[in-house]
Amino acid sequence: MDKVMSNKWIIALYVLPSIILIMAVIYVPIVLTGYYGLMDWDGVSSMKFIGLDNYVALFKDHAFWESVGHSFLFALLSTLSLAVYLIVAMVLAGNIKGANLFRKIYLLPMLLSSVAIAQLWMKVYHPTSGILNTTLVSLGFSDPPAWLSDTKYVLGALFVPILWQYAGFYILIYYAALKNIPNTLVEAALIDGATHRQIAYRIKLPLITEVIKVTIVLSVVGSLKYFDLIYVMTGGGPNGASDVMASYMYQRAFKGFDFGYGSAIGFFLLIICLAATWIIRKLTATKDSIQYS
Amino acid sequence: MKVALETGVHRKVATSRTAARKIGSAVLYIVLIAIAILQLLPLVWLLFFSLKNSQEIFDLAPFALPRHPKWENYSDVWSSGNIDRYFINSVVVTLGSVVLTILLASFVTYAVTRMRWKLSSFVLGIFMLGMMIPVHSTLIPLYNLYEKLDFINKYHSLIVSYTAFNLPITIMIMLGFYAVLPKEVEEAAIMDGCSINRLFFQIILPMTMSVMMTAAIINMIYNWNEFIFVNTFISSDSLKTLTVGVQNFIGQYQANWGAIGATLMISILPIMVVFLLLSNRIVEGLAAGSVKG
Repeated sequence: MDKVMSNKWIIALYVLPSIILIMAVIYVPIVLTGYYGLMDWDGVSSMKFIGLDNYVALFKDHAFWESVGHSFLFALLSTLSLAVYLIVAMVLAGNIKGANLFRKIYLLPMLLSSVAIAQLWMKVYHPTSGILNTTLVSLGFSDPPAWLSDTKYVLGALFVPILWQYAGFYILIYYAALKNIPNTLVEAALIDGATHRQIAYRIKLPLITEVIKVTIVLSVVGSLKYFDLIYVMTGGGPNGASDVMASYMYQRAFKGFDFGYGSAIGFFLLIICLAATWIIRKLTATKDSIQYS
Repeated sequence: MKVALETGVHRKVATSRTAARKIGSAVLYIVLIAIAILQLLPLVWLLFFSLKNSQEIFDLAPFALPRHPKWENYSDVWSSGNIDRYFINSVVVTLGSVVLTILLASFVTYAVTRMRWKLSSFVLGIFMLGMMIPVHSTLIPLYNLYEKLDFINKYHSLIVSYTAFNLPITIMIMLGFYAVLPKEVEEAAIMDGCSINRLFFQIILPMTMSVMMTAAIINMIYNWNEFIFVNTFISSDSLKTLTVGVQNFIGQYQANWGAIGATLMISILPIMVVFLLLSNRIVEGLAAGSVKG
């Protein structure tokens, strides 16, 4: 048995195709991105080595740092909203009739394509015929803003559909984790006279800290690399007011044909995502993880 | 007498407590239902305006039922644009990537969970880290690579990219299931002189049918909705998938909301059907794919 299960040829046969694939499609390209960042390259003619010029320019690029700021703002807001999702999940995981139906309804937007969601919300925000402004007008607001082309409102207007899209996903994860907690623990605490609030804080929360950490990483990294919805709804506009790192990179590379500079942004985005993952893991590290038994 | 008085007081406190609890749970239900309505409202609005003509959209209240549902909006966009073509492209690319991903991920998961080799956890780590890497950091080098391989404007560029980027989450969904497969079956098969390949294809794969289905559905949803790779690697209109095709197609219909709504509805319909039929598996797959089971 042992001999069969450690046959090197078989293991290589099973694992190597996938490893070669992710090396070629994920790992080699991220190294190349860093390398292309050292080039002056329009995507057509041959590359010209210019050292760190792109990276130096990047650090002085005001529009880029603005996009970084927007990405981090989204990351912060998304992470804060996790608290609300956790509360909703706790309510659902209590004895709520129809909890299963609720969480499925909540999940629905997450299953739709970002393009469809973006197109739909562009209609919601449409200055004259959108459902939002027609409602506001009928409520007596005479001059509601043109949400997506107003630099003051555009970030907020983009964040609402993002919330709408992902709320159900996080509620689902928390719900699953809470349902995993053995009922006997909660019952024992109730018999000992613990209140529901105490049970939530002292028993349930500590038992799902691992899951909470994972969701924080997911929401921060997910926000930092957010792209589709913003690209379709505003393209980063008006005037860069809603640019995030990925949309700025796409703009510079595939629209402005500055692939060297775009690569430098792509590499920076990668470093930020990996650093964020690592830092969150470090900050939330607990010495001993709590076990159920 | 004293005892009776005390129990009376207790009873009063108890009844006011249950009353408070009843009000409390009513409030909870109202909040939960309100969230559900918010999640569904934009989609209901979309359905309504996809069945209206432009006149009705501007004249009627947003949630007024269309007077004469215009189903011809659907048949018009289906035949006038390339929607049918985009639809077929989406099916081909999605199915191709799902089959390839599930097969490769099964190989890897089996090798990592059942076979004994030194680098097993390191290799698993490489796959898991893949989840944290932003697609955008690979985009420019991938474009360059695919151009050299003549993959641009071909289905393969999408199938290869989707498979590589979905392998990590697919492996993660499968890990928990493989971990609890009984070892006895394999032992018995090997005792009987069954080769490892036969064991894998004739015994293990059929046993993991259920988790393969779950992973396949999650993959299907992700691939069906994917935007950035299609937008970057496919410029020929006859090869675009529904997400990007819809995005370009909608641009032509500036003011014809009925046509836009019908196009969006067609693009999300397959996902809606899958959701209605298989929501349990979707829930299960999303939970398993984000948090290690």
